[in-house]
Amino acid sequence: MSALNTGPARTRTLALGPVRLRYRRRTVVTGALLAAAAVVLDIAGMQTGTIALAFGDVLGAVFGQGEGKTLKVVQKIRLPRTVTALGVGACLGAAGATFQSISRNALGSPDIIGFTTGAATGAVAQIVLFDAGPGATALAAIAGGLLAAGVVYLLSLSGGVTGGYRLVLIGIGVGAMLAAVNTILLAKGDSDLAAEAHLWLSGSLAARNWGHAVPVLIAVALLLPVLLGLSRNLNQMEMGDDAAQALGIRTERTRIIAMAAAVGLTAVATAAAGPIVFVALAAPQLASRLTRSPGVHIGTGALMGAVLVAGSDLLSQRLPIQAAIPIGLMTGLVGGVYLLWLLTRSKQV
Amino acid sequence: MFQTPRKQHRQASAWALGLGLLVLLAFASFASGSRTIPLADTWAALTAFDPSHDTHLLVRELRLPRTFLAITVGAALGLAGALMQALTRNPLAEPGLLGVNAGAAFAVAVGLGFFNMRSPYQYMWLGFVGAAATSVLVYLLGRAHDAGTNPVRLVLAGAGLSVMLIAGTKIILIGGPDETITAYAAWASGSLQGRGYDVLPWVLGACLLAVLTALPLSRSLDSMSLGADLGRTLGVRIRTTWILGALAILVLAGAATAAAGPIAFLGLAAPHIARMITGPTHRRLLPLSMLLGALLLLFADVVGRVIAAPAEIGAGVMSALVGAPFFIALARRRKLAKL
Amino acid sequence: MEDVLSGRGLTIGYDGRTVSEHLDVRIPPGSFTAIIGPNACGKSTLLRALSRLLKPAAGEVFLQGKDINSYPTREVARQLALLPQTSTAPDGITVADLVARGRFPHQSLLRQWSEADQQAVDAALAATGVQDLADRTVGELSGGQRQRVWLALVLAQDTPVLLLDEPTTFLDIAHQLEVLRLCRGLHRTGNYTLVTVLHELGMAFRFADHVIAMKDGRIVAQGSPAEIATPELMKEIYGIEALVIPDPATGGPLVVPLEPEDLGSGGTGPSRGHLHGPPDTGAPRTGISPQSGIPAPLTEGAPA
Repeated sequence: MSALNTGPARTRTLALGPVRLRYRRRTVVTGALLAAAAVVLDIAGMQTGTIALAFGDVLGAVFGQGEGKTLKVVQKIRLPRTVTALGVGACLGAAGATFQSISRNALGSPDIIGFTTGAATGAVAQIVLFDAGPGATALAAIAGGLLAAGVVYLLSLSGGVTGGYRLVLIGIGVGAMLAAVNTILLAKGDSDLAAEAHLWLSGSLAARNWGHAVPVLIAVALLLPVLLGLSRNLNQMEMGDDAAQALGIRTERTRIIAMAAAVGLTAVATAAAGPIVFVALAAPQLASRLTRSPGVHIGTGALMGAVLVAGSDLLSQRLPIQAAIPIGLMTGLVGGVYLLWLLTRSKQV
Repeated sequence: MFQTPRKQHRQASAWALGLGLLVLLAFASFASGSRTIPLADTWAALTAFDPSHDTHLLVRELRLPRTFLAITVGAALGLAGALMQALTRNPLAEPGLLGVNAGAAFAVAVGLGFFNMRSPYQYMWLGFVGAAATSVLVYLLGRAHDAGTNPVRLVLAGAGLSVMLIAGTKIILIGGPDETITAYAAWASGSLQGRGYDVLPWVLGACLLAVLTALPLSRSLDSMSLGADLGRTLGVRIRTTWILGALAILVLAGAATAAAGPIAFLGLAAPHIARMITGPTHRRLLPLSMLLGALLLLFADVVGRVIAAPAEIGAGVMSALVGAPFFIALARRRKLAKL
Repeated sequence: MEDVLSGRGLTIGYDGRTVSEHLDVRIPPGSFTAIIGPNACGKSTLLRALSRLLKPAAGEVFLQGKDINSYPTREVARQLALLPQTSTAPDGITVADLVARGRFPHQSLLRQWSEADQQAVDAALAATGVQDLADRTVGELSGGQRQRVWLALVLAQDTPVLLLDEPTTFLDIAHQLEVLRLCRGLHRTGNYTLVTVLHELGMAFRFADHVIAMKDGRIVAQGSPAEIATPELMKEIYGIEALVIPDPATGGPLVVPLEPEDLGSGGTGPSRGHLHGPPDTGAPRTGISPQSGIPAPLTEGAPA
């Protein structure tokens, strides 16, 4: 009797022909539930708006059936918005899980490499100084973020190795400088433009069309599998670089590819909806507490992120408050509440 | 305790240099601003005060308290940061972890948005209340007394609560008129402008109390840094030390943020730099963190006034712009301790 | 027969601090080599260089006659396993899962598990005696238990060459013996080459068939235990006076360290308590030297 076939939390093997995959039942079940929740929230989201629609109508319209007006509203306005929401959540959840694993820090997020603050600097500078429109803002955000991440990475290279700790420290330093620059820009700018900049900084899913949704979907389709494929390596690396290298992993190469993919996902998400960074921090933490399994949670993190964003969007649309609360703030409130609730419930961290 | 003569000499020089710089910067602070006042006048304002002279008034009523406030706030943040890092045994900890900045910001936004408050004096009290309430909540939620052994909980609680409060703050700002945003932005840049004698005594008093509570903890902190087990067998009362330390951090960081707005990064950087000179012994580390914090903030305040005259760039913002490159350079040369 | 693992002209160190220079070392195939030496003499540094974890500033490391860097790192992981001095276990991982991680070099993205993996892990768990702990989380185990779990991981990796950095630290004597007997068992099959850094001299001389003695980053001597276990070498390497006698149990060399009070006038000699068996030098028991002021012959066994 194999010693491994004991206990409820065991890792099992799925055999598909010659392919053998390892999984944990709780993780798969959690993932399936999250996916189902995401779909339900998605459809419920599409039911909401100035025109309330029935569940069945929405479902039909998604697949191309139904009368003209419903079809148009669903396919041209609401579907792209919810797809963007799901996609952005998935991007950020996966990226956050990656950074937390690499930095071995529960507070790891795309900001440890200065990306989010850099994106904010790019966008705020564009809005306050040039005011060239939302397309330019999105581009400026990506450019700023990538530039900041690149600078942090290069500064932390020494002898060809970044070293996790040095990377985090330099990320904090660069982030602090950029945050200062942002504050100056916001304080000095024209008050209208400053207000607009604040709005962008809070993230928004309003008026998101297929132009936003499609790039996000492409990024998820291309980059998420890369991260999923690297998750075995990342898991081994949590035992320390020595142990991982002894098992034959090229640690620096894994780190670079994983970070590049995570930064790519964050960049696309930020361009689509503005910075909604708390998702990147909270989603992986929530996923790990739900699945109660060690290791990096790319898949479940992505699903949790999708649920978080879609849920927050639904909440902000359904709230009886007149003002539309930007998605970034909503995810902050929802994610924060959920995280704190989990912390108070469980005895163990 | 045991230090080589060379190390003692290095520390003595550091202190002499630091204090000298402080005095110099203080004078520079008296002299600079929207109007540059010649040194002779500055000296006269201090020694032979003539109330009819408007430059004398400027120095006495505005720049003097402002300078002392900068020194106090900087010292408070430096000390709070060193304490936070010692208590959580985490070199990335800074006083903002207890949610102080977010709490103060939320309270100020409420005051600005709903009650139309605009004076630094009012901001200060709002900030105190907000910071205190938030820190207590984070402390309880994060089970901070266990944080000696497991700081992840505290860190997550702080992050969770901070994010909620920041979201709340932004909601208030976005929902209000534009001038709310401008007023808030001015506070948020960590400005010492207009902070006069109405703010100074409270902040000074609070910080003094906190310093008197924190400095005697030095020996306990030294033992605690060896790990919870060893600390306890060495006779440290871990829970008491944590409560007193956290209280001190709360007062120091809360008072600082309340007085000057959120000033990030200084609480992280000053202790690291101080540790390079003094090593990890807290009896020496804590005072030097205070000195370096004061120097950094005063320098930032002066520079912020000089380079943007007649307007000014907030000290909080400047301290990040000035301190961060230094910090990055140190990190690159692996000079920063891992604790 | 060519060496399975060797280093030539190695200059190795950390962060600008050179530990060893121009070091030549050879590990004979099928041997059980113990590296001994005082603290900070470069034992672990050498082991890390041999396992390609530490890149030498100069010199080469050869595995099976070829430059170790010419192999893909995964291939090296199938030939050579290293038990590092310290490793961190991910939060919440069970013993079974951690040991299973050792099978990584034999798996791929699509073949994440196989019968061979199962058997290797089961065998490793049984060999280190931790099968009953399989479902426990590593974090809640004692130091000794954790050490055995890490050893199981390395065994599960199933490589012909095993490098072990202080595998017996934290273990009580029963488990020390168990681990080293396990190593000896592997050694005796003839299919494994083992290199261990050991602190316990007694264990090193009892189990190893090849000993490398280091000091200050240099290899001072290498050879069989009998060749290394001499008072002169003990003095040179550790700076202690010692007596070498036949081990009553195994017949091999047993090093008995001597304290200054034990040194009588006229050379080494036991002077405290009873001894069972003739001393190595054959010198008669003498009293303690007069300078210490403690009287006379101690054949009664009074303590010093």
